[in-house]
Amino acid sequence: MNVYGIRAIYRFEMARMFRTLLQSLVTPVLTTSLYFIVFGSAIGSRMTEIDGVAYAAFIVPGLIMLSLLTESIFNASFGIYMPKFSGTVYELLSAPLSPLEIIIGYVGAAATKSLILGVVILVTARLFVPFEIEHPFVMLAFLVLTALSFCLFGFAIGVWADGFERLQIIPMMIVMPLTFLGGSFYSISMLPEFWQKVSLFNPVVYLVNGFRWSFFGVADVAVGVSLGITIGFMALCIAIIWWMFRTGYKLKS
Amino acid sequence: MHAPSSPAAISISGLTKTYASGLTALNDINLDIRPGEIFALLGPNGAGKTTLINLICGIVKPGTGSVLINGHDIQAEYRTTRSLIGLVPQELSTDAFETVWDTVRFSRGLFGKPPNPAYIEKTLRALSLWDKRKSKIKELSGGMKRRVLIAKALSHEPKILFLDEPTAGVDVELRRDMWEMVRKLRADGVTIILTTHYIEEAEDMADRIGVILKGKIILVEEKAALMAKLGKKQLSLQLQVKLDALPPELDGTGIALSADGHELVYTFDAHADDTGIAALLKRLGDLGIDFKDLQTRQSSLEDIFVSLVHAQ
Repeated sequence: MNVYGIRAIYRFEMARMFRTLLQSLVTPVLTTSLYFIVFGSAIGSRMTEIDGVAYAAFIVPGLIMLSLLTESIFNASFGIYMPKFSGTVYELLSAPLSPLEIIIGYVGAAATKSLILGVVILVTARLFVPFEIEHPFVMLAFLVLTALSFCLFGFAIGVWADGFERLQIIPMMIVMPLTFLGGSFYSISMLPEFWQKVSLFNPVVYLVNGFRWSFFGVADVAVGVSLGITIGFMALCIAIIWWMFRTGYKLKS
Repeated sequence: MHAPSSPAAISISGLTKTYASGLTALNDINLDIRPGEIFALLGPNGAGKTTLINLICGIVKPGTGSVLINGHDIQAEYRTTRSLIGLVPQELSTDAFETVWDTVRFSRGLFGKPPNPAYIEKTLRALSLWDKRKSKIKELSGGMKRRVLIAKALSHEPKILFLDEPTAGVDVELRRDMWEMVRKLRADGVTIILTTHYIEEAEDMADRIGVILKGKIILVEEKAALMAKLGKKQLSLQLQVKLDALPPELDGTGIALSADGHELVYTFDAHADDTGIAALLKRLGDLGIDFKDLQTRQSSLEDIFVSLVHAQ
């Protein structure tokens, strides 16, 4: 295994994060803090508890997921898209690196950034809202699995994209709506029965609920199902990326 | 084309590459590059030079046929082959926000080499980049960026170096420095394959010349042998008195009158036992055609290249 190669990619990507610290860390934390102020403190104080959890605390897992998903996709897609855009991808393709090593480097760095962000948002949330984490190891497992899955998804988007517009279109047009409709700010049991059934086709529902269960021990769907869906999504992303490298899709002519 | 004495640094057999668009960029290429030589690959735009380099380096999908690097297959043993190769691409593709030092260190790591700050320093100094090591690449001139690409290509101490038009858009001084460095690399045993539009550079630098046209290698020859075989010499005689037409007595001698009538031009084979010059001069004397000056000129590699391409 080309460990030096993986380390080079990882360090390069992490350096990019520190070069753009404002964009990488401060902006998502600021945005999430605003959510807590508006939904948690201002609106939340007038809402009743959901499943025995104060509304301000109830939205914490959903908000962390919202940031985690968005940033994971952004970091990983940008990481592989930029070499394609600038032309420096020639170096990556001509290096003695296997597809797995390239993915470990890029996705590993993107997932690290997302996890740092997730923990920072968690700490920020704790400043606004009092809550306990009932199952910290399950919480950590969901955090890592989600970060990895959506970084893989982002990587695939970065390979697929041939312009900055395409880089944005899936996160903005698909992931963001799914996240907002995935129960980040509400329990799906609050929806009419028809929309509850529709919601079950939204994979983000399972992510948010699994993560919420690790915090409060309550969720709209069973935690095992959440875990299975998350792992299934990750497997799908791995399969897509494997196909991309095998065929050279958008990487080699 | 095969060197019998030593194993080839690069051995290409029956290589054909057709893009998804249907364009056949390489058509049954057979070529051996000897270890330690400087091989110049010449060809007009779109001939397949860059496709051939990119295919060997793994940047485009493989075609049919085989490519061996020091006896290792570029697909089955890609880790071995790629770690032996350095590439300076045609385009100035760089990470604008990285520093010179960081980007060269990155390249070394990418190719699986452990950190070696002393080697990177030596490389940067050799390319006059040491003073710029902390500069971001976006702050550098085009020529400096080209040097950075060379430093990146050399960062992992390759045994084979591809230079794809490395002096395009580079000033005279840098070009001279670059070729000096190429000579040093060759002295260290590095095999160098270069493509260039400046054919005089190939003439100056290369040991062997290959000409590629429409995806086919149409010629591979020792440079000296090529110049001798295909090179022609011309004798130009500046006349004392203008001629209105070539005297009929000179028909069939291979001599031609210039359009303005002031010069006679005789093309001959410099390596022939009898060049015909003595007889020609005697004949001119008999005809009373006096000349005030004469000069000879040998055809350049560019002349040879142009005539080869036009002949196809």
